[in-house]
Amino acid sequence: MARSKGRGSQEVNAGSMADIAFLLLIFFLVTTQIATNKGLTLLLPPKQEDDKPIEIKQQQRNIFKIQVNSADRLLVEEEPMDDVSQIRGMVYDFVLNFGAPSDVKRGAAKVSDKETYNSLPASMKAYINRNLGTKESSDGPSEAIVSVKADRGSSYEIFIQILDELNAAYNRIYGERVGLTDEEYRKLNKNDPRDKALYDKARSGIPKAISIAEPTKVGG
Amino acid sequence: MSKFKKKSESSQDIPTAALPDIIFMLLFFFMVTTVLRETEIKVEQKIPRAEQLVKLEKKKLVTYLYIGKPKDSSLGDEPLIQANDAFIGIDGIVQWVNQEKDKLSEVERDQITVSMKVDQETKMGIIVDVQTELREANARKIMYAAPTKTSDN
Repeated sequence: MARSKGRGSQEVNAGSMADIAFLLLIFFLVTTQIATNKGLTLLLPPKQEDDKPIEIKQQQRNIFKIQVNSADRLLVEEEPMDDVSQIRGMVYDFVLNFGAPSDVKRGAAKVSDKETYNSLPASMKAYINRNLGTKESSDGPSEAIVSVKADRGSSYEIFIQILDELNAAYNRIYGERVGLTDEEYRKLNKNDPRDKALYDKARSGIPKAISIAEPTKVGG
Repeated sequence: MSKFKKKSESSQDIPTAALPDIIFMLLFFFMVTTVLRETEIKVEQKIPRAEQLVKLEKKKLVTYLYIGKPKDSSLGDEPLIQANDAFIGIDGIVQWVNQEKDKLSEVERDQITVSMKVDQETKMGIIVDVQTELREANARKIMYAAPTKTSDN
C-alpha cells in the first residue's frame, strides 16, 4: 500500500497517439481492395446442343454485320470502312430504326417494340421519325442483332475497339432513354434500388444483342 | 544595429519530433502503392484500352485468365493461356472452370465471371477458341478486362 510514487505525472502519455491512429488508418487503407475489375462485359450464348442445331432464320435486315479480316480491315454492312468510330452512330441508328415494330411481346420483360417506342422520350421519337424507320434496316430493337465476325488472324486490339464502340452505342441508347449521358448510365449502381429501377427501365425491350460469330478458318 | 540581434539565444536545432511520422507516412505510402499479386503473371500483358467500361460488383465471383506471349522466350512466340499459376491448354479450360466453380457456393456457381486479360498482340483465333470452351463449361459471363482510355489520342 505504499504510495511513494504518487507525485509522478498522472496523465497518459498521448505522444504516440498519432502513430497509432496512422497505423489504423493505413491498415484500413491497405485492406480495402481497390476495384480494378473494369472491362467490357459480354454474355456468351448458351451451350450448343449437338442434336438440335439452332435454325432460326433471322431476316437479313435485322442483322448488323461487322466483319474483320486478318489485316484488321473492316467490312461493315458489306461496305469497307476505315474508321472504327463510325460504327457507334451506325449501330445507334440500326437499333432504334423501328422499321416495322411488332406487337409481339418478347424477352423476359414481355415488352413489344411498339411499347418500347412509346416509352422513349420525345427527343428520341422525333429523331427516329425524322431520320429512321426505313424498311432496309431493323424492324425494332427486340429483333436487332449486331454480329461481329472476326477472322482468326485479326488482332485482339481491333476487336476490343469494335466491342467498345458497340457498347458505346447501346449505352447511349440506354442512357438517353432515361435522360442520362452514357457515362452516367454506366456508373449506375445496381445495388441501389433507385439506380436499379432506372437501369431496368433503360434496358427493358432493348436487349443488348451482340453476337460473336464463329470465325472462318481461312482469311484473306 | 544591435537592436536586431536580440533573439540569437534561441535554439538553432531543427525539431525532429515529427520525423518518425514522416518516415511512417513514406513507408505506408509505399506499402499502399505496392500491388500485391497472388499469382505471378508469366505472359505479356499490354492490354488495349477501352472507354465503355463496366465495373464488376462481386469480386468473389471473378476468376482470371491471362492470355499473351510468354515472357520466357524459351517457350516460343505463340500466345499461351495462363490460369492461376500455370499454363493450360485449350482443352484444359473446361476442367479449370469446374475447379473454380467448386470453390464457390452452390448458388453462385452459375454466376461465375471469367475476366480475360489479353495482350494486345494476340490474335483473335485463340480468344474465340477460349470462348467456345467457356461456353462448353457453362461459364457464360465473360469480361474483357481493360483499363480506362486516356483522352490523349
